[in-house]
Amino acid sequence: MSSIPLTHILFVSTALFFIGMYGLFTRRNMITMLMSVELILNSVNINFVAFNKYLYPDKLDGIFFSLFIITIAAAEAAVAIAIIINLYRSHHSIDVEDATEMKY
Amino acid sequence: MNAIILSAILGVILMFSGIFVTSKTAIRNIATAGMALLLLVNIAEQGGFHLFNVNTHNMLVFSKFGLLFNSIAFSATLLFFLVSAKDITNVGINAAEYFALIFFISCGIAIVSSFNSLLLLFLGIEIISIPLYILTGSDKRNLKSNEASLKYFLMGSFSTGIMLLGIALVYGAKASFSMEQMHSSINAGRNAWFYAGLLLVLISMLFKVSAAPFHFWTPDVYDGAPTVFTSFMATIVKAGVFIALVRLFDMSFVGSGYDWQLIIAIVTAATLFIGNITAIFQQSVKRMLAYSSIAQAGFMLFGVFSQNDFSREGIILYTLGYSLATIGIFAVLIKMKDYTFEGFNGLARTEPVLAATTTIFLLSLAGIPLTIGFFAKYFMLASAVKSGSHLWLVIFAILCAAISVYYYFRVIQSMYFKTGLAETEPVTPVFRWLLAGMAAAVIILGIFPNLVLQYLYF
Repeated sequence: MSSIPLTHILFVSTALFFIGMYGLFTRRNMITMLMSVELILNSVNINFVAFNKYLYPDKLDGIFFSLFIITIAAAEAAVAIAIIINLYRSHHSIDVEDATEMKY
Repeated sequence: MNAIILSAILGVILMFSGIFVTSKTAIRNIATAGMALLLLVNIAEQGGFHLFNVNTHNMLVFSKFGLLFNSIAFSATLLFFLVSAKDITNVGINAAEYFALIFFISCGIAIVSSFNSLLLLFLGIEIISIPLYILTGSDKRNLKSNEASLKYFLMGSFSTGIMLLGIALVYGAKASFSMEQMHSSINAGRNAWFYAGLLLVLISMLFKVSAAPFHFWTPDVYDGAPTVFTSFMATIVKAGVFIALVRLFDMSFVGSGYDWQLIIAIVTAATLFIGNITAIFQQSVKRMLAYSSIAQAGFMLFGVFSQNDFSREGIILYTLGYSLATIGIFAVLIKMKDYTFEGFNGLARTEPVLAATTTIFLLSLAGIPLTIGFFAKYFMLASAVKSGSHLWLVIFAILCAAISVYYYFRVIQSMYFKTGLAETEPVTPVFRWLLAGMAAAVIILGIFPNLVLQYLYF
């Protein structure tokens, strides 16, 4: 089990975090941006579980925290999809570049 | 504990009343009565009366400071309901749901004012944010409202991600989410994970309070959201997140050298500068108030900067003064037909009571003596002087307060000294009396600030 060192797992989770961040900054499609946010949140989940398993296996704090993150991420995704559908109804597109009502 | 449980129950009750109650007046009355009940129950808890006894395993700690803040936030929300409940029900057809979401936000505020574990901090902040995304976009036919909601969601969830990474690193370093653990180890030894994690949590909290390098979402979101909800977001919610920030770093800077204080000092200076300078160039009063809320956030950051008794008193006073004044101004602004400065021309002639009370609120925001805004600013600056370092920040803040007088007085100037016929929606006498009462409260608390502050100690 512990043949994979902790640093490898932290590397994966950090890479996922920054892939998510890159996606959030470069993609203009709202659904892809939502996916990027989910990627960020889930990379943190990996972080929590890895810390718990490798460093402090006697308590379950980190795993419980990741359960809360999953719940909150679901709630956020529900709200985000509602917002996106609402925007799609008015703009007929899910490109954020089209949502420029407040540029001046 | 009373407030957390009761506000969640009230939120559910209001959601169901959306199904069973069709009259908007009845919904307004239920919501106002519910908020009054919430306030009463919280005051009872301040006096040591607990409705619920829950073992929170030290994850929540109910201090006098947190409970007093709850009371202030709930009374501000009650006032907000009294002056603009009618405007809330006019935003859209789902009147009961808006009130329900506001009660859920109150629940989040009660959590962040008493958290003792990073888990509860995260939950509290999210319980505040998610209903706000919905409230921002609640004007469904309005493109600006939809867009503001999308922007707010993207920024908010991004900063949530940063906060979570920070908490994960702190957990990796310390094996615990407890605040005592954090406070005791903030000065002990150098630990890269711990410091990086704390810095990330700080950054995400600065995002939420719209401090300077992370303030870009604020004007757009505040401008796009329906004006009633902007009023709520800019006052009560912002103060709630500030309390979380103050509690997070409570007393832990003392003796830790200059590192942390310097970061906060730079952020404070940048927030004050950008908020005040940009507010000067605005043509719409609503947008001006959005930037002014950034500038006022700069003053509230002194509460995080200095961390002593003065700053605790200051942040309580600031919350109260800023909420009273801003809720009042927004209540008047909702009644205006035209949101630009020209729209206020000649308001003193058409609606003298509205003009006079708005003047008092604006004077309070600018920090003129005899209003509560003066004492709030005084306590903040005194706390920074008392903390003994970075005196330049105090001088800079005073200069920025002087700049802020310019754009607040522009509104007064157009109301009293410009000719025009300011058009307003019809205003009821009750509304006028409520505004007059709020203005009186601003002045009375400005003369006797101890009326509030005594509850911090007894």
